[in-house]
Amino acid sequence: MLKVDNIHTFYGQIEALKGISIEVNEGEIVTLIGANGAGKSTTLKTISGQLTPAEGTIEFEGESLIGTAAHLVTAKGIVQVPEGRRIFPRMSVLENLEMGAYLRKDKAGVLEDLDRAFELFPRLADRRAQKGGTLSGGEQQMLAMARAMMARPRLLMLDEPSMGLAPVIVDVIFDTIKKLNKEGMTILLVEQNAAMALQTANRGYVLEIGKVALEGPGKELLHNEQVRKTYLGEL
Amino acid sequence: MGGSKMDIKTKIASGPIPLWKWIMYAVIMVIVVAAPIYFQSVQNFFFVRIFAVVGIYVMLSLGLNIVVGYAGLLDLGYIAFYAMGAYVGIILGFKLPEVFGSGFEPWTFWTLLPVAALAAAGTGIALGTPVLRLRGDYLAIVTLGFGEIVRIALNNNIFGITNGAKGLPGPGQRIPTPAGMEWAKANLSFGDFAFSKDLFWYYLIVVLCLATIFVVRRLDDSRLGRAWVAMREDEVAAASIGISITTTKLWAFSLGALWGGVAGVTYAYWVGFISPESFNFMESVLVVCMVVLGGMGSIPGAVLGAVIIAALPEMIRYFAQSPLLAGVLTTDQANLASQYRYLVFGAAMVIMMAFRPQGILPSQRRAMELHPEDEKTLAEENQQIWDVEHHTDVDNDLL
Repeated sequence: MLKVDNIHTFYGQIEALKGISIEVNEGEIVTLIGANGAGKSTTLKTISGQLTPAEGTIEFEGESLIGTAAHLVTAKGIVQVPEGRRIFPRMSVLENLEMGAYLRKDKAGVLEDLDRAFELFPRLADRRAQKGGTLSGGEQQMLAMARAMMARPRLLMLDEPSMGLAPVIVDVIFDTIKKLNKEGMTILLVEQNAAMALQTANRGYVLEIGKVALEGPGKELLHNEQVRKTYLGEL
Repeated sequence: MGGSKMDIKTKIASGPIPLWKWIMYAVIMVIVVAAPIYFQSVQNFFFVRIFAVVGIYVMLSLGLNIVVGYAGLLDLGYIAFYAMGAYVGIILGFKLPEVFGSGFEPWTFWTLLPVAALAAAGTGIALGTPVLRLRGDYLAIVTLGFGEIVRIALNNNIFGITNGAKGLPGPGQRIPTPAGMEWAKANLSFGDFAFSKDLFWYYLIVVLCLATIFVVRRLDDSRLGRAWVAMREDEVAAASIGISITTTKLWAFSLGALWGGVAGVTYAYWVGFISPESFNFMESVLVVCMVVLGGMGSIPGAVLGAVIIAALPEMIRYFAQSPLLAGVLTTDQANLASQYRYLVFGAAMVIMMAFRPQGILPSQRRAMELHPEDEKTLAEENQQIWDVEHHTDVDNDLL
């Protein structure tokens, strides 16, 4: 579905991605793990069009995404839940969700999806009139995910969904990721929480300073000695 | 889930209008329509002109409100679009017959109004395309520079058609009178009351203001309006839900410029003379002040801001020099007082920013953005939620 081949992305003079190749197949959960500065978020930003790679190709369903502006990538069916959630703080929960469906013209379908979003996150239904900025971190993450789902994406990209959240909430977020995947959503997940991510994902890539160091099925990486030492904190 | 909930503005715009508001609107309408007629009939032509000037500024303020209030872009060179409308209108008025010969029927104000407005909007797009990737202060500086470039270019008789500092129309250049003026003068005068040129333009300006308010209101409730709100809150998030940041900003910029152009051509044809000095930086600042004072993103605010800032100095000057105060102030003192009016203004703006940054009549959404403490003790609520979430035996129904 998504094929990223040998992309090099720069921040000014600094080469953040030094030839990253990843692939996401339909129906999979794929995770990118790695230390700070490994290039996980940069990879997502390059796919979503916020950054343009200097080299390499990105194909989504056979179409090149190179040079496609961020809003057009969304229109093609790749929706990113940005790092730090980035909900609209002064809009109500409901308004946030409605904005998620900004590109859609099928009103009936949007209303259906609204109900679905509230089903998925009942907590949001209770707070539908509340301003986004007054939600807790966990609720904001739920809202960010629900808002992304309102665009009916075919590939959902999550950037550090567990960041700064209490463990109970992290469980809820990951349960939701699994649930969405079971319903057919393809997911590309960037995580610092390597253990959670690898348990959830079908496949994983371990990034190290702008390169793919390891790749393989999630369970396999979870038992890889190097991964256990470096990312899971085992001695 | 009703269909009306699809519109995120619904909650703010809906609800029946209370009686006091109807009465207030009625009073305003009566003043707007009848006061100039009264002043005209008592031969106080100065006040009639002030009413018309205020109307021009209301248009400018509403136009800039789109850029500053809705899209959140600080434009310090807005007056350049006003100049563009005025110059395009005047130049086409006398130039086209010169170019096409005497058989050419000159374009009147009615034809030039949309042409000049579109020319200004086009200028907005031309300027906006390269500079709108800049943000905040940088954008303000570039637009400030643009405003000055336009004024200096006009002053230097660019392309040999602006007649430099001497202004337009120059000797021998005639600008056509709009259709309807002669009719109004002939048919709407009764006895001593003469329907004047100023009165004609005043009512025209009022109609244009109402049209502006109508369009801006529709914009506020539109899909584009929602995109502006989203963009103001978070550009990255807005892009991630499929809003094109560049296009959305460009729309704001060019729509704002369009109204600048409308105001410009109207002003030019009313006064019948324009020179670069009418379009200096101070004018840009005044229009920004109107929007900020009234309340960014609010239509009544933009109107009120324009009325206060455009009319007040003239009022101060009028009363300072009027016979009422003749016994109290000497002529020199009166002149001095009227010269200090901008100082009073500056002080008023500073006080305003300190105590009511959202403006006199803010839009509800904008007021929230500028007064976060109004958001019912946000930190406190978050703390409660945090406590709940971090409680050791949290069961799932809490989530």
